[in-house]
Amino acid sequence: MAQEQSYYVPEQSKWPIVATVGLGVTLYGVASIMVNGKQGESTTGAWVMFFIGALIMAYMLFGWFGSVIRESRAGLYSAQMDRSFRWGMGWFIFSEIMFFAAFFGALFYVRVFVVPWLGGEGDKGTTNMLWEGFQASWPLVNNPNPEAYPGPKEVIGPWGLPLINTILLVSSSFTVTVAHHALKAGQRQKLKLWLGATIVLALVFLTLQAQEYVHAYKDLDLTLQSGIYGSTFFMLTGFHGAHVMLGSLMLIVMFVRVSKGHFTGDNHFGFEASAWYWHFVDVVWLGLFVFVYII
Amino acid sequence: MSAVAESHSQEHHHGPASGITRWLLTTNHKDIGTMYLIFSFAMFLLGGSMAMVIRAELFQPGLQIVQPEFFNQMTTMHGLIMVFGAVMPAFVGLANWMLPLMIGAPDMALPRMNNWSFWLLPCAFLILVSTLFMQGGAPNFGWTFYAPLSTTYGPPSTTFFIFAIHIMGVSSIMGAINVIATILNLRAPGMTLMKMPLFVWTWLITAFLLIAVMPVLAGVVTMMLMDINFGTSFFDASGGGDPVLFQHVFWFFGHPEVYIMILPAFGVISHIVSTFSRKPLFGYASMVYAVGAIALLSFVVWAHHMFTVGIPLTGQLFFMYATMLIAVPTGVKVFNWVATMFRGSLTFEAPMLFAVAFIILFTIGGFSGLMLAIAPADFQYHDTYFVVAHFHYVLVPGAIFGIFAAAYYWLPKWTGHMYDEILAKTHFWLSFVGMNLAFFPMHFLGLAGMPRRIPDYALQFADFNMVSSIGAFLFGATQLLFLFIVVKCVKGGEKAPAKPWEGAEGLEWTVPSPAPYHTFSTPPEVK
Repeated sequence: MAQEQSYYVPEQSKWPIVATVGLGVTLYGVASIMVNGKQGESTTGAWVMFFIGALIMAYMLFGWFGSVIRESRAGLYSAQMDRSFRWGMGWFIFSEIMFFAAFFGALFYVRVFVVPWLGGEGDKGTTNMLWEGFQASWPLVNNPNPEAYPGPKEVIGPWGLPLINTILLVSSSFTVTVAHHALKAGQRQKLKLWLGATIVLALVFLTLQAQEYVHAYKDLDLTLQSGIYGSTFFMLTGFHGAHVMLGSLMLIVMFVRVSKGHFTGDNHFGFEASAWYWHFVDVVWLGLFVFVYII
Repeated sequence: MSAVAESHSQEHHHGPASGITRWLLTTNHKDIGTMYLIFSFAMFLLGGSMAMVIRAELFQPGLQIVQPEFFNQMTTMHGLIMVFGAVMPAFVGLANWMLPLMIGAPDMALPRMNNWSFWLLPCAFLILVSTLFMQGGAPNFGWTFYAPLSTTYGPPSTTFFIFAIHIMGVSSIMGAINVIATILNLRAPGMTLMKMPLFVWTWLITAFLLIAVMPVLAGVVTMMLMDINFGTSFFDASGGGDPVLFQHVFWFFGHPEVYIMILPAFGVISHIVSTFSRKPLFGYASMVYAVGAIALLSFVVWAHHMFTVGIPLTGQLFFMYATMLIAVPTGVKVFNWVATMFRGSLTFEAPMLFAVAFIILFTIGGFSGLMLAIAPADFQYHDTYFVVAHFHYVLVPGAIFGIFAAAYYWLPKWTGHMYDEILAKTHFWLSFVGMNLAFFPMHFLGLAGMPRRIPDYALQFADFNMVSSIGAFLFGATQLLFLFIVVKCVKGGEKAPAKPWEGAEGLEWTVPSPAPYHTFSTPPEVK
């Protein structure tokens, strides 16, 4: 490896400590909002804290990624550095998969074991004596204790909005791939067009998802509080939506960078990482569509 | 070998920055490793002092010193601080210091992120410890924070605790990503995977475990957060959820977590046993495969923590046999360590003393684990002091002795001085006696039926509890001696050569002691 340039070890950097303060203040603020709100105390101070923390985080993200981009464009990164970024992003996505795995696991456990047991079936069917007469069903619209957890009127079927959203996301995975090929071939106009199309698809997806939530809350009484169906439904789709938002932000940043003339045909890992992430949120959605909406 | 250590790169010819900015802004793996180690020792003392409160209260039956509410906060915080604040950061600190030196890398793969991983920890523990001063007190539901104790009945500070866990998780995941990227991408030319030192191997697998399970922990505390603050019913059966769901998700994280705390120690012990036996490690390849097997098995044994909670019989059988299977790769490791020592020319410097004690005492902890793995027998042992004895036998003479062994083994490399051998041996013997005195009687207490996590107990348990407390005080006080030994070693002492241990092997011994601020800017060639 003697012919390779030496591995780039950055000088001192203020960003990690800024990020620590930012994250700490933000989350302390969020926790205070929740705790104070629950105890009926004023949450103004907590909100101020949260916003200050969020501002610090935004400043950090601009600054930190800004310096990485500058270093990359200054040619400080070797092929070996590029591989570090690839391993880093790859394992980060793996950690995200495991995060969703926890929620999917919860959903499967509830559907396969908990609800049937509560309904009197299976190995632990004796739990039916807790709420006698409770009928197991999925989607669960009548909860064991409807007073504590009033169930939803109905749930959202798969073949309306969710199907459209599936088509949108799957096509966006194709468009981002077309954009990637255009980038590799050096066709900048085509790249911008298809990357732009991906972003539009992403934003339409998010809008429709928001509409679905409004519909669920207003018309169907399907809420976070409506028992385990609502809990798993909003947790899975909500965290997925948050990840789509993050992925869209990444794509938008890539669009700005493309417009500024960043990236070359063989050096564009920022773009690739965003595309990887985008495929990841796409695959999670397919899991959601099958296990939350269809089955 | 000084040619290897000499830097050829222009940008690396300077030393550390001066003042506090050196530590706040650093990207240097040695600085960050040092900060991790100091932080973890501070947390060890804090968590340890909480253990002292617990043992003081249990010195005699009856309520003497603290109220039950506070006692519960102490057991909870002791566990959380020791697991997430003392043991895990200590191993990350060792990884930061040693991995680049052992594989011939100039630094960790992502140095700025490395610094962020560290600084998030003081931030997280500031939040966690601050819950002690909040209305309603700190978390009081045990370090396993089972729902509904932690959701329906938890104190208001639980929400802060959840966010503290989130920050620790972010820190661990980033640290683990860094370790994996470093090991897979920054090895010196010629160092193939099967030539890697075992500490590197064990950390590679540990990092994989961390990335696989820390997000699951984040998931389970997020579900708690939602149940507490937003009215979801994940862990509430009246809404169709299940408190047992909490235990499943938690232990899916929790069981790999206990291997996260021990695997790097396996690596350390392998080096030390080989060095002080003056023989190459017996069965290197089987050691690697054994660690891999332990890591994989750790994903399919989680419900052995839950035999008594009411899981189906088939589940109990599966998890019982899967758990017992772990004894096989672990047995391979113990056998290999002993075989390494067999007919070696052994000497017993402090690292070796800790390593030998590790092998014997960790094995005892492993055997009590096998007893607990037997589902029908576990109905007797569950939630008794037998369990407390078991996991303290694998964590104290396991993880903690592993860390002490590593510290003594590499202190000459870090500081450039030899530590005081007589004091270090004193530290070992006092720790050894104190620790056994503290934890061995707990086996008897547990078998006789004393439940864990109680501030008061029936009179027939009085004698063993007093012995246990005396042992705990001895062990706790002894750790101040360790602090003294390390400070003394940093300040001065006999000059350490590049390779202070005759039988040692590996790249870390080819650089001078203390290791220069920047090492291996040009990678060495490994034959």
